[in-house]
Amino acid sequence: MTDKSPLSIHDLPNSYIGRSVPRPNTRRLAEGRGAFTDDITLARMAHVAFLRSPYAHAGIRSIDISRAEKSPGVIRIVAGEEMARHCTPWVGVLTHLKGLKSAPQYALAVGRVRWQGEPVVAVVAQTRAEAEDAAALIEVAYEPLAPVVDMETALDASTPVLHPELGDNLAFERTVDAGDVDAAFAEADAVAEEVLHFGRHTGVTLEPRTILADYNPGAGKLTVHMSTQAPHMMKNIFATHTGIDEDDVRVVSKDVGGSFGIKIHTYPDDMATVALSVMLKRPVKFVADRLESFVSDIHARDHRVKAKIAVRGGRITAIEMDDLTGIGPYSVYPRTSAVECNQVLNLVGGPYDFANYRAVGRVVLQNKNIMCQYRAVGHPVAFGVTEALVDSAARAANMDPAELRRNSLVPDDAYPYTAATGIRFEGLSHQKSFEKILKLMDYQGLRAKQATLRESGVYRGIGLAAMIEVTNPSPMFYGVGGAHISARDGVTIRLDPTGGVTCATGVTEQGQGTEAVIAQIAASAIGVPIEKVRVVTGDTETTPYGGGTWASRGAGIAGEAALQAGRALRGNILDVAAAMLQTEADRLDIRNAAVVDADSGSERMTLADLGKTVYFRGNELPDGVSPELVVTRHYSPRQFPFAFTNGVQACWLEVDADSGFVRLLDFWVVEDCGTVINPQLVDEQIRGGVVQGIGAALYEHCIYDDEGNMRNATMADYLVPMAVEMPDITIEHVETPTAESVLGAKGVGEAGTAGAPAAVFNAINDAIGVLGGKITAIPATPELILKALGKV
Amino acid sequence: MDPSREISLTVNGEPVTTRVEPRKSLVDFLREDVGLTGSHVGCEHGVCGACTIRLNGAIVRGCLTLAVQADGAEVWTIEGVSDSGEIAALQKAFLERNALQCGYCTPAMLLTAAALLKENPTPTRPEIREYLSGNYCRCTGYQAIVDAVESAASEMTGTGS
Repeated sequence: MTDKSPLSIHDLPNSYIGRSVPRPNTRRLAEGRGAFTDDITLARMAHVAFLRSPYAHAGIRSIDISRAEKSPGVIRIVAGEEMARHCTPWVGVLTHLKGLKSAPQYALAVGRVRWQGEPVVAVVAQTRAEAEDAAALIEVAYEPLAPVVDMETALDASTPVLHPELGDNLAFERTVDAGDVDAAFAEADAVAEEVLHFGRHTGVTLEPRTILADYNPGAGKLTVHMSTQAPHMMKNIFATHTGIDEDDVRVVSKDVGGSFGIKIHTYPDDMATVALSVMLKRPVKFVADRLESFVSDIHARDHRVKAKIAVRGGRITAIEMDDLTGIGPYSVYPRTSAVECNQVLNLVGGPYDFANYRAVGRVVLQNKNIMCQYRAVGHPVAFGVTEALVDSAARAANMDPAELRRNSLVPDDAYPYTAATGIRFEGLSHQKSFEKILKLMDYQGLRAKQATLRESGVYRGIGLAAMIEVTNPSPMFYGVGGAHISARDGVTIRLDPTGGVTCATGVTEQGQGTEAVIAQIAASAIGVPIEKVRVVTGDTETTPYGGGTWASRGAGIAGEAALQAGRALRGNILDVAAAMLQTEADRLDIRNAAVVDADSGSERMTLADLGKTVYFRGNELPDGVSPELVVTRHYSPRQFPFAFTNGVQACWLEVDADSGFVRLLDFWVVEDCGTVINPQLVDEQIRGGVVQGIGAALYEHCIYDDEGNMRNATMADYLVPMAVEMPDITIEHVETPTAESVLGAKGVGEAGTAGAPAAVFNAINDAIGVLGGKITAIPATPELILKALGKV
Repeated sequence: MDPSREISLTVNGEPVTTRVEPRKSLVDFLREDVGLTGSHVGCEHGVCGACTIRLNGAIVRGCLTLAVQADGAEVWTIEGVSDSGEIAALQKAFLERNALQCGYCTPAMLLTAAALLKENPTPTRPEIREYLSGNYCRCTGYQAIVDAVESAASEMTGTGS
């Protein structure tokens, strides 16, 4: 073999698919030369700080800015009524979520505040420090109102209604009733019931939300630099609510310091910043500081679930569930805050083959921070419920929890399969994945070890969690309900006269490796070394229209678009080459950035030579040849609403029965996300996701008092996973490609977070059950565990 | 009355003399006044570690240190230690192992890891995890970072395979 090129002829056409190619964009980040939004400074840039409500619920009687206006550096101070003239309110509803209701939300509170942290007054000054100095001098006279804090009583007749025009505090309600649930419970060999609480937590992106709006009145154009997941969606929203022609709005989002679903919503302070830039005709920057992030970034979860499960003949036969969740005072625009509850109803029981399912989900309004979609929307709740029920049912039926799962998983030969919830699965591998993880973790060996250690007073537990994940969403997720959120994504690929290839895509890079994956696919599809490929993301002016990063869609959707665009460009290149070389295109191939003879592999011309001829010496081309070295393709799934993935996670931990502390000892994941494009990136998505799930299981909690004040809104008080507490995580794969795309890739971004809380929860109960303890809530703090053990 | 004070220091080996407000943090000074944006601001209350910089040879929180406290000091940021090649082995290991995702914590994580390897050239995995536990990373789950530091340590001490 003489070909020592990185793209050997022997591994075409998929040489980079399935390889752990390093990401092209990491070197500058590792040198501190990234391009995060706060790194940008523009001429005449002003800074805005927000005075936020200290009350969860209050009327605004008056706002006195007389002292603040005189504070040094102040440019403009704006409150709710004035802001409303420049930025229209929005309502977070979608038509396919039937009955969902919410009230108009304003960029700055008008007349009434409804959560602690709601922006009330915007202060624009020469520096952020001066803006904060002035904000501290504003006097707002509030008239405190009774706050609605407890979601359990939000619907009581005696509870105040947050938005009188809505009539009550019920934002959304959905029921599902499939099969014959009552009969299944009547005939059951064993029944288990649980009441479970999933704590409210938040994203804590290390880079806080950041926006720099730059309105140029001369051009009538608005450019918004922003740390966001969805530039095209934000472009539409900014245009819609400021009245600027959407085609004159550009959203630029370069490096994003973590997003996880935090940076994909309409935030009042962002909207106010954009409106202020238009009002002041100059650039205005807003960076949420950490303290305001905790009370203004969306929160997630906060579910109370009552559920029961029936087992007959050693298999799961029915699940019944009542889910209640509190979403704060507004359904968030434009994705709405009913989606998490809706997902919970769709996903409960998802890995298992049973026909009888009844569920009710209710979404209520309350005076807490807004709640919306965060990584693994609904999944940690759904599998937290399901897997807690399965373990309880196994205890009730006197079965090993692995045995009950093995008996009940949807069989690998049952596809396509429609679940009791009505969702359809194209092809999954629960059984194969489950057997794989039991072997990987040495399940029987751990059980033996657990029993031995118990004799010496060491309490260790094994937690298993089977799961599915919604990925590659079709228009059925949002677009069908009227949201201007693209389910399609595109990739434009062009060959330049240098022989270099540039890809532009509407999917964004948040560190997950979008740019590496697009480059891998494009390089493979065209036949060039990956070093020749550049990828452009995060700019509505230079990338194809698309949805951005959410619901684990980047690799599966933009990846397929890149494959199709790369193939089309390859065809165009070969057509030109065939005309130039006076041969047939199918007798040629592209390998290692050169057109070669397909049979012999001998080089006929480099792509750089071809490009130079096309662009500089077009006169040499035969008549009638019209080279097109730029190609765009889009892709959107249509056959299935989602490309579901499956996986199983397992946790091995030790509980100190005296302190209540949990020590994580080991963690395993077997994941089936279809075709794996870059094994290293896939595994690191899973690891990062698992650790976020562990955070939810053990540490993270937005704690509110009875007055609706968040009591731990600092990083010193809100605990996040740090390196020392986290285990190493072992990952293996099963690959069941989706047949809907040529690439076959499904998503993987949220799988870790979806299953980890259930695995940790079950492991804790497996450890302390022998002591008579049982937890029913997460995060499982030492205090909660000691209470479960009756020690405090 | 102008409350600002004059300070003189070196940043990445270059002398800087300027006036700053006494309340300005060192990380804000580096980002806004010197134009070195590689040091990041994550919490501004000393917990997340994103603002870690090197002050007179020791890593400190740039958000808990005032710029005026750096008068007369020698400051090194991620940009400086990148250009000097001092942490090249760590950076190479981070890239190979994909020990960074969004990259926001990375400059601080690298400076902290470099401080660890200076104190302890052959740390165990638990020692690496312990030392890095003042630096929050939301993306990776830490394992890749621990792997990368371990691998750079072997490379630097010549004990790698």
